[in-house]
Amino acid sequence: MLSGIYGLLSASLFVVLDAVDVAFTEAAVGAGISTILMLTTLAITGRYELSRPSIRTRIGLLLVLVIGVLLIYGTLGMPYFGMPENPANGHVAAYYLENTEQQIGIPNYVTAVLASYRGFDTFGELVVVFTAGVAVLALLPHSRDGFVVDDMQPMKHHLILRITSKLLLPFILLFALYVQFHGDFGPGGGFQAGVIFAAAIILYSMLYGLENAMQVISFPVIRFCAALGVLLYGSVGIVSMLKGGNFLDYSVLLETPVAGQHLGILLIEFGVGLTVAAVMVCVFFTFTGSVVSPAKSARVVAARDGEKTQGAP
Amino acid sequence: MLTAAVIAIVVTMFLALLRAMAGPSLYDRILAVNMFGTKTVLFIAVVGFLMGRPMFLDIALVYALMNFISVIAILRFFEYDKRGEINHDR
Amino acid sequence: MTDNVLWIDILSGILVLSGSFFCFSGAVGLHRFPDFFTRMHAASVTDTLGAGLVLSGLMLQAGFSLVTLKLLFILLFLLITGPASSHAMAKAALHSGRKPLGEHIRIDIPAMSREDDSSGGVKSKP
Repeated sequence: MLSGIYGLLSASLFVVLDAVDVAFTEAAVGAGISTILMLTTLAITGRYELSRPSIRTRIGLLLVLVIGVLLIYGTLGMPYFGMPENPANGHVAAYYLENTEQQIGIPNYVTAVLASYRGFDTFGELVVVFTAGVAVLALLPHSRDGFVVDDMQPMKHHLILRITSKLLLPFILLFALYVQFHGDFGPGGGFQAGVIFAAAIILYSMLYGLENAMQVISFPVIRFCAALGVLLYGSVGIVSMLKGGNFLDYSVLLETPVAGQHLGILLIEFGVGLTVAAVMVCVFFTFTGSVVSPAKSARVVAARDGEKTQGAP
Repeated sequence: MLTAAVIAIVVTMFLALLRAMAGPSLYDRILAVNMFGTKTVLFIAVVGFLMGRPMFLDIALVYALMNFISVIAILRFFEYDKRGEINHDR
Repeated sequence: MTDNVLWIDILSGILVLSGSFFCFSGAVGLHRFPDFFTRMHAASVTDTLGAGLVLSGLMLQAGFSLVTLKLLFILLFLLITGPASSHAMAKAALHSGRKPLGEHIRIDIPAMSREDDSSGGVKSKP
């Protein structure tokens, strides 16, 4: 819970440092999604830890302290804040700032660097996100056509919360689309939009239960979307190679380089948004609902009903 | 004037943070975290105006959204345990 | 014309400053009030009145543009979600067995989502 505050604080810091896009990402990821995923993880693993003060925990604490001190010591060697000869001001940043206008032609330089100049790095990041989703699917029990036992009851008695959220949901989704396609002009882009989109779906499934959410977006569709985003990104690169440019060189996509850059950035941002949203929702669904075979799920439901009729807790 | 508003909001955030750390019960903490979030929204909006960069309003909007969602998540986590039963003893 | 601009500036200044005052007083209340429900009273003042005044002051500063529209969206969002989450928190706290301070308060807590949950919640206070 305090991690949410940490996200809020660090985003305020980025705001003060005038880094709009980073603050945006921190707002969406650090303050929102990571708190939610942390809580669902806690809900899986159990809320209380066995307290056994052993020598191993002491060693762990010592190790953490030593590493922390070393890291703080390492920051002393870093250059001072805002000095003109810092590495950030020396190398390629000036080139990006001077050439974005005529080479790519979009006003938000951060998006230009992220999507075009450093397109390959961003592709790597996207693959990492996708791999994380695949790893969660591989580690936690799920099956291709298993029956979903809904571990997550809808919050039936919070009527006001349900109605309010239902009112807000379309606007949240609209805002996610705005962030997605406004990334060329202002802060925003695929990563943030994907997280906002996923947050809307997570909100719905928290309030109305997992089964209802799965009727909106079924699990195979989510997995398909996660793969589709990466595929879209990669195939943009392949197409630009086939047209005679380098991998992820969008200038050859259309007649003029600037139009090609626009199209390429639009497409890969869409791919990023699709994969990020799908992976987030997929991780949330796998964490909260346990998917087991039909026979076992029937047993679980029967046991739960039996408990229910036995009555008084 | 905007500077005064920023100072007041920062002091408010600080007091809310203190309550979140000190709060005797769980719900006090949730309340303080919620208040901290809304004050961050205000802080970002006012600082955006102070620095003449109204782009920050998008971030403020995302914050308002994320704050709402995470408060709901925290509430539902502490109100239900894993089996979906309602948790009475907390 | 300049008179007009000056008046708008003064008005927005008053709005922003009074909004900050309400924020601050709410924060003080969050520390001074004795139990959870009274603290919630203090906190929700900052959510609605404080945020509303500050944001409308900023709207007057922004003039008529996209910025004003975004501020309006933020304001509406806060005005909708603030009371909703406060209500949810109060309900959760009440169901967890926490009672408001006071001598003659009688609360009947309805059973929660399950029909057979007869022992749910704290029934009443004499």
